[in-house]
Amino acid sequence: METKENVLLDIKDLHTWYRVYGGYLKVLNGINLIVREGERVSLVGEAGCGKTTTMKSILRILPPGDFLIPKGEICYRGKDILKMNSREIQRLRSQEIAMIFQDPTAALNSVFTIGTQIGDVVKYSLALEEKRVHKEKIKMLSVKALKEVSLPDPERMLVNYPFQLSGGMRQRVCIAMAISSSRNLLIADEPGTSLDVTIQDQILRLLREIVEKKGTSIILITHSLGVAREMTDRIYVMYAGTIVETALTKDLFKNPVHPYTKGLLASVPKLSGGGLAKGIPGRIPDYLNPPQGCRFQPRCEYATPSCVETPPQLFEVEKGHLVACYLAQR
Amino acid sequence: MGVSLPTPKFMFWKNLGRSWYKFSRNRLSVVGLVIVLVVIVSAIFAPWITPYPEHAGPFVDFANAELRPSLRYLCGTDNMGRDIFSRIIFAFQDALLMAIVVLGLAVPLGVLLGLLAGYFQGRWADTIIMRITDIFLAVPPLILALAVAAMLKPNLMNSMIAITVMWWPWYTRLLYGTASSIKNEYFVIAAELTGANKFHIIFREILPNCLSPIFTKVALDVGWVILLEASLSFVGLGQQPPTPALGQMVSDGARYMPTYWWMTIFPALAIVFILLGFNLMGDGIRDMLETSRG
Amino acid sequence: MKLGSFLLRRFLLSIFVIIGLSIVIFVIARVVPGDPARMALGPRAPEEVVQTLRKEMYLDKPLPEQYFYWIKGVVRGDFGHSLVSKRLVLDDIKEYFPATMELAIFAGILMVFFAILLGVLAAQYKDTWVDNLIRIASYFGVAIPAFVVAIVFMLVFGYYWPILPVLGRLSPGITSPRTITGLLTLDSLIEGNFPAFWDALKHMILPAVALSLGGLFQEARITRSSMVDNMHKDFLAAERGYGIPEKTVMSKYLLKPSLISTVSIMGLDFASLLSNAFLVELIFNWPGISRYGINAMLHKDLDAISAVIVVFGVVFMVTNIIVDVIVALLDPRIRLSTARDV
Repeated sequence: METKENVLLDIKDLHTWYRVYGGYLKVLNGINLIVREGERVSLVGEAGCGKTTTMKSILRILPPGDFLIPKGEICYRGKDILKMNSREIQRLRSQEIAMIFQDPTAALNSVFTIGTQIGDVVKYSLALEEKRVHKEKIKMLSVKALKEVSLPDPERMLVNYPFQLSGGMRQRVCIAMAISSSRNLLIADEPGTSLDVTIQDQILRLLREIVEKKGTSIILITHSLGVAREMTDRIYVMYAGTIVETALTKDLFKNPVHPYTKGLLASVPKLSGGGLAKGIPGRIPDYLNPPQGCRFQPRCEYATPSCVETPPQLFEVEKGHLVACYLAQR
Repeated sequence: MGVSLPTPKFMFWKNLGRSWYKFSRNRLSVVGLVIVLVVIVSAIFAPWITPYPEHAGPFVDFANAELRPSLRYLCGTDNMGRDIFSRIIFAFQDALLMAIVVLGLAVPLGVLLGLLAGYFQGRWADTIIMRITDIFLAVPPLILALAVAAMLKPNLMNSMIAITVMWWPWYTRLLYGTASSIKNEYFVIAAELTGANKFHIIFREILPNCLSPIFTKVALDVGWVILLEASLSFVGLGQQPPTPALGQMVSDGARYMPTYWWMTIFPALAIVFILLGFNLMGDGIRDMLETSRG
Repeated sequence: MKLGSFLLRRFLLSIFVIIGLSIVIFVIARVVPGDPARMALGPRAPEEVVQTLRKEMYLDKPLPEQYFYWIKGVVRGDFGHSLVSKRLVLDDIKEYFPATMELAIFAGILMVFFAILLGVLAAQYKDTWVDNLIRIASYFGVAIPAFVVAIVFMLVFGYYWPILPVLGRLSPGITSPRTITGLLTLDSLIEGNFPAFWDALKHMILPAVALSLGGLFQEARITRSSMVDNMHKDFLAAERGYGIPEKTVMSKYLLKPSLISTVSIMGLDFASLLSNAFLVELIFNWPGISRYGINAMLHKDLDAISAVIVVFGVVFMVTNIIVDVIVALLDPRIRLSTARDV
């Protein structure tokens, strides 16, 4: 299980900063994350903790000019993505990894038809292999992708514009674009959160089907532990730009170690009695001047002086279960 | 462990600082502000800071006519022997006065009409106001101003009237768009439901949210009004001689080109200078206001 | 397709506005102090002659009746008589209008072409010297009024560096082509008269540049800022993320939405182009309808003034409709949205 061969994605100590008034927003502070072939992984954390930033760093689609990656490596099958040239990156994006954005309305260009947009995605992924790509083939593949996400009447959908579709349908279109060529890794950023719960459920089910059918690996970003539990085998818990804990899903729920994880689990209201859920006091740190040591320390009730000084590294507490906390090391 | 709650006073100074930061980020905006201040100050203190204030009135000195720019006459003299530099500074006075009067009349009128049309969108008030606005906007601005100014007697006040007449519709249209979209926001509907009267809604709820595009436009418009005035005085409408007006000086001086080029070029440069200042400053104001509202 | 009904509605609205405009102009022209008949004939003409002219001009009738006569004439194509040129205003318009149109169209083409070019360059090389140069040029370009540019051109090209002609439409000694469209360049091309074509083109360059400069730079900046805004949008990141090459993303997916803002102000810029023509034609002695209009205004030639205003109103209307159509073509939300009001 721990063999190096089937590791697909290996993020090592990734730091990503945004350039702003007064300095840098040091959002990511040493992310470590591994995805293996066929693995379903979720990245859980509250709003603003840097989940989307991490994903955008992987595909190198951060807003040009406004960011800095001072340290870290993102290795896909052994090759560092951060050092790839534009041809390799394009190949990576069209054939290996795809990201499904959180807000499908923002992710689709409103002045082009669905057909044009998905057609271009198909065209450029094929263009890497073949010299000339026929229009009919593009159309056929586009329709096929739209069918796979259970969109009704795909042929007619090609001439529609994004604003003519409902939110759920737009999300499906985004997914269709992601699976239009067979990729090895999907990244789904909070799929369905901007839609209502029943639609979200459908979308998640759809994703699950696709992933099972094709054996694709998936990183599912979510702020909901419930979704993570249902959908994935391994959970990475993220707080303020660091991975604080990771374990197989069942292990995490059985034995949460990090205070933040424990706090998250306690925050989920239980229908089966127990009164009001207990939250986690405090707020996420200011990324402009983040705490020097552990970033959760200001809100942590078990903080010790060493927590303030240096950030803790990931430490294995049991097989496959790592925690970044001095508490765990005792 | 918590963060101290920001008091209104604290927020004001913080916002001012941030607004200034946004404004000053663009060095050019600050340059614009400086230019504008120079123009305003020199206009106000014209009688005291110009070397030959009497040249701005009925004054002739043919002995010193058509002299090149020198230390004595910074921009040279015109065909009547008047110091062009002093006349330019005095021309600033009328230019700014024009802008103040025109905008002072046109903006409130245009804003009021636009607010009414926007709030009563779909009803008869909207239709009437906007159709009238459309009529005035149907002709390119300068043309209408020229026509009106030409038909009245050419003097400063009439050209002010002419420009005001064609300026207000732009604000009406601006406010119409802004107001009609704001009126559907929840806070307006909430105010209506709690029984606030129309007056309150229009002026205390909708208007404050329209202020930033208005300010930006006003800042830029000062420059455009001055340009329009210069265009009118260029053809002889507007301020009459001997009182100096920038456009008039340009057109008078054009006859003496190329030998006495300074008679045209310096007033022309003055126009460019003013426009540049207000444009740069206006851009800075737009940056400052727009991003802070997200 | 909704485009048809959209056009129809705009067209009807425009007709209404033109009519309203004509009323307003008419009223202003008749209401202002001054006796047009007296002014036409001069202070020394005997009173009876002036009286006759007054009767002819219906000046003794009530305003609505005057308007009625005027409109009747206009519909038939009779805009009245010019007190200055002493002939039918219609003939004056026929003679001078094509000159202005030719100039305006040429200036418009220059404006749009270079605006987009510069805007795209500035956005692409954002924050480099290219961008900064274009930005500084824009500030000056917008701040220098067209008539100042025209005067500078006169100075430079008229006296110091006469490589381009500064007066009129055609040099003396060049045979002008037959009048087919009234546009010298087109007419000479149609006839195959190349010397005339080049000559006419050369004459147009300076006034057209003077006219287009302001709008050009303003549109360039709007294009640039629109592109820069869109550059941060998620859909670009998404398109990149799906593997669409950078070049395509930039040229196709960034450009089209960014041009929407640019095209939207083209109507306004064309309006200022037409306005500036009044002064620029005067300076370059361009025999266009704007120069005619200014003359009419200075001489209180009422019929001519009204006609010129109406003509410009119509031209402006047509331009706006064309611009709206282009925007609708670019932005499908406008033409396909069902729940849109006017």
